[in-house]
Amino acid sequence: MTETTAQRKETSMLARAFDSDLWHSFKSSPITMLAAFIVLVMTLAALFAPWIAPMNPFDPAQVYLMNANIPPRWLNGGDPQFLLGTDDQGRDLYSAILYGLRVSIFIGLIGVAIACTLGVTLGLVAGYIGGRVDSLIMRIADVQLTFPAILIALLIDGIVRGLLKSAAREDIAFGVLVVSIGLAFWVQYARTVRGSTLVEKGRDYIQAARLVGLPAPLIMIRHVLPNVIGPVLVILTINVGLAIITEATLSFLGVGLPPTQPSLGTLISIGNRYLFSGDWWIVTFPGITLALFVLSINLLGDWLRDALNPKLQ
Amino acid sequence: MTQPVLSVRDLSVAFFTRRGVLKALDRVSFDIAPGEVLGVVGESGAGKSLTGQSVIGLLEPPGRITGGEVLLHGKRIDNIAPDDMRKIRGRKIGMVFQDPLTSLNPLYKIGDQITETILTHLPVSAAEARQRAIALLTEVGIPAPERRIDSYPHEFSGGMRQRVVLALALCAEPELVIADEPTTALDVSVQAQIIALLKKLCRERGTAVMLVTHDMGVIAETADRVAVMYAGRIVEIGPVREVVQNSKHPYAQGLMGAIPTLEGGRDKLVQIEGAMPQLKNIPAGCAFNPRCPHAFARCFVEKPDLVPVDHSRVACFLFDENKAENAA
Amino acid sequence: MLAFILRRLAQSVAVLLSVAIIAFAMFRFVGDPVNQIVSLDTPAEQVEQVRKDLGLDKPVYIQFVRYIGNALKGDFGQSYQFRQPVTKLLAERAPATLELAFMSALFSLLVGIPMGVYTALYRDGFGARLFQAVSLIGVSLPTFLIGILLIYLFSVHLGWLPSFGRGQVVKITENWTTGLLTISGIKALILPAITLGLFQMTLIMRLVRAEMLEVMRTDYIKFARARGLKTRAINFGHALKNTLVPVITIAGLQLGSIIAFAIITETVFQWPGMGVLFLKAVQNVDIPIMAAYLMMIAALFVLINLFVDLLYAAVDPRLRATIRES
Repeated sequence: MTETTAQRKETSMLARAFDSDLWHSFKSSPITMLAAFIVLVMTLAALFAPWIAPMNPFDPAQVYLMNANIPPRWLNGGDPQFLLGTDDQGRDLYSAILYGLRVSIFIGLIGVAIACTLGVTLGLVAGYIGGRVDSLIMRIADVQLTFPAILIALLIDGIVRGLLKSAAREDIAFGVLVVSIGLAFWVQYARTVRGSTLVEKGRDYIQAARLVGLPAPLIMIRHVLPNVIGPVLVILTINVGLAIITEATLSFLGVGLPPTQPSLGTLISIGNRYLFSGDWWIVTFPGITLALFVLSINLLGDWLRDALNPKLQ
Repeated sequence: MTQPVLSVRDLSVAFFTRRGVLKALDRVSFDIAPGEVLGVVGESGAGKSLTGQSVIGLLEPPGRITGGEVLLHGKRIDNIAPDDMRKIRGRKIGMVFQDPLTSLNPLYKIGDQITETILTHLPVSAAEARQRAIALLTEVGIPAPERRIDSYPHEFSGGMRQRVVLALALCAEPELVIADEPTTALDVSVQAQIIALLKKLCRERGTAVMLVTHDMGVIAETADRVAVMYAGRIVEIGPVREVVQNSKHPYAQGLMGAIPTLEGGRDKLVQIEGAMPQLKNIPAGCAFNPRCPHAFARCFVEKPDLVPVDHSRVACFLFDENKAENAA
Repeated sequence: MLAFILRRLAQSVAVLLSVAIIAFAMFRFVGDPVNQIVSLDTPAEQVEQVRKDLGLDKPVYIQFVRYIGNALKGDFGQSYQFRQPVTKLLAERAPATLELAFMSALFSLLVGIPMGVYTALYRDGFGARLFQAVSLIGVSLPTFLIGILLIYLFSVHLGWLPSFGRGQVVKITENWTTGLLTISGIKALILPAITLGLFQMTLIMRLVRAEMLEVMRTDYIKFARARGLKTRAINFGHALKNTLVPVITIAGLQLGSIIAFAIITETVFQWPGMGVLFLKAVQNVDIPIMAAYLMMIAALFVLINLFVDLLYAAVDPRLRATIRES
């Protein structure tokens, strides 16, 4: 069956998108579709948390200590007001999960955005300019790579803690977390982009641009960047899940957000204390939420990586 | 007539992809007599390598044999159990690939790779295997073989490596060697040496060779017979002299005419208009019809089979006896 | 070869020095070291004396040199919280962390490598898909959640294994206590080791699988098949060896990060190791411990890096040649 050129031109971009390998591999994997669905639903729920949640767990005025440790609605001792029960401060667990997920997603996304921007920029600069700048940036990267992200985030938190008084700390806790994650994860982007930049730098079209006299930043952004973005996407897919786990871990360890604004990690840490006494819901529901969310993100990331990988075709 | 070493009858291979079934080989048939060198030429994508891979049973999915037979000494080998086929590989049919650098495992000494192959197929002791390996290295022209047998692949130059590869392909004493573009990755100066070596080794052992290449010069030098492939079919097959100097099929004529020679007598190299079609766009009828200067009505409808002309066989309606059907 | 080693050593020293600068900067400039030692009503002259004793009146670079000098002697100052030498605090907790790290590294290798090989060779089998699902879960669950899950299952529900502490430990040398010589000690190691090692295990499994699949597609494997070598010889002789070489390096580098990740596991299982010490230091801004921990991790990583590089050169003949040439 042959197509004439005219027929091909008429195929719309949308039709081609639906016919593309990407969409086809998406449709053929029910697990991936399920994962995408879960991520979508949870993200939307978290985004609209202030409108969906029955109450605002971050508002001290709405929280009563005497409501502490109430089991989920369908169990003995449950309260119809609290669908999934309450935590040890009397916060409605369902609302807390929604708000906590919201905070976790924000921190994860913004943190990764910072890491990506910082890493890609430094990678471009290091690869394109080369020489001393390159050596310096790579030295810093090497040193930082000796420490896992958690450690770096902990360090930054500790330093900030030492530099500021506790009251100021609470306000900027969000910022500190985001910056910690950003600073902890930039290196991978930088290295990959630098490698790709070095390769592109030698190509003729870049030489041509330089000959014409285009300024370096313009060349870097307009010409080099689009060609090195591929591997960056791959790293992104791995990073988002990792960033969210890192934030949850930091909160669990008690160096994340203040206890009055619990994220999923904080809730799990609280629930852990009551595991042996039988109040299982405080740890279980946030735990399931976190696990499900990150699992779905990772599934999506896996699928995206496989679909974009030319070697596996 | 002695029984041929290899018989390929109506071999068809297709690729089963998401976008449909692509026919890569269409009823390919040929024989190779013992000790004979059969050249297989054609452009990239004509199906030369696929033929070799199918014969030795290393066709990779999504490709599959969809029809025909491959016979070794009259016995079918295309449908036997995997372990039986494994025993044939190396021992009865050997293969040489294009790139000697990637053909050798970089972490193993070449001696170990040779002795391992010998020990897999031949009932000899380890010590004897090593002796044979050294002898083989000497034959392929590796200096100081007793020392170099313990060297690693990266310690050899490209030409030397391909000699090692030849040694590996022949160490289990096969009756047929499939050489898939054995000189393409080598320097020009080395190519001639390797081809001469291949010729000599096979002649001494009586090993038949299926020499797959797109380099006509090599064919003219080395082959006894040559098969010209186009879009998955053999279009002409015959003694090398006849096919090179007196080709019948329009495509083969174009191919031979495109070879620059030092003898002069030609002002321009012959050029064939157009390009070989991709697998998914093979035209109905004879695959060459869009580019053939002699095409007529029948060529667009039927696919020509090989018919005898002189000492060759040609797949072209120009030579079909039923000229009555060749309406102008 | 010697030149190569010297060069790597020089690089290592450079890295250590950079980290030392950061550690020192923390030490000196975050919070006031003097205030940690004196109280509100200490007379001014005594405060001055303390300042002189700490060398805080000298120029910064001299203080830095002093810091390095002390560090090399093993003196990292005193903890603000416990008023004890940091080195002593770290040393008494080191065996707990190191034992845990080693056990989990062993676990991740012994389970990860075979699973990786299996899922590469039997790509579409049911077992492979199962293992891949497990690996995905291992990568998606945060370490602390895995720990909690294991505790809930094996401690709370089944009561088979303890949920905190090291069990009974035996002092085998002056500085080392081990939990490996008692039943309760071994039992106590199991859950934390698995928790800590699960992430690494899935990483190794995926790495081995990816590497092996790459290797199985190379020309030399095709050529080995074309020579009629037995499948077992190809898979476990040729393919496996080529797969494991890059895996060793990455696995080795992971060892350092396991020690750092121990912070989380130690918290979940109340394991008396260096990680918990560091965490408390962060929470209470105990700078000397933080700085010392940093230096220690850096030194460890650098050592491991060096060792892995040498190992790689020992195993891959191509690398040996490149080193010799340069």
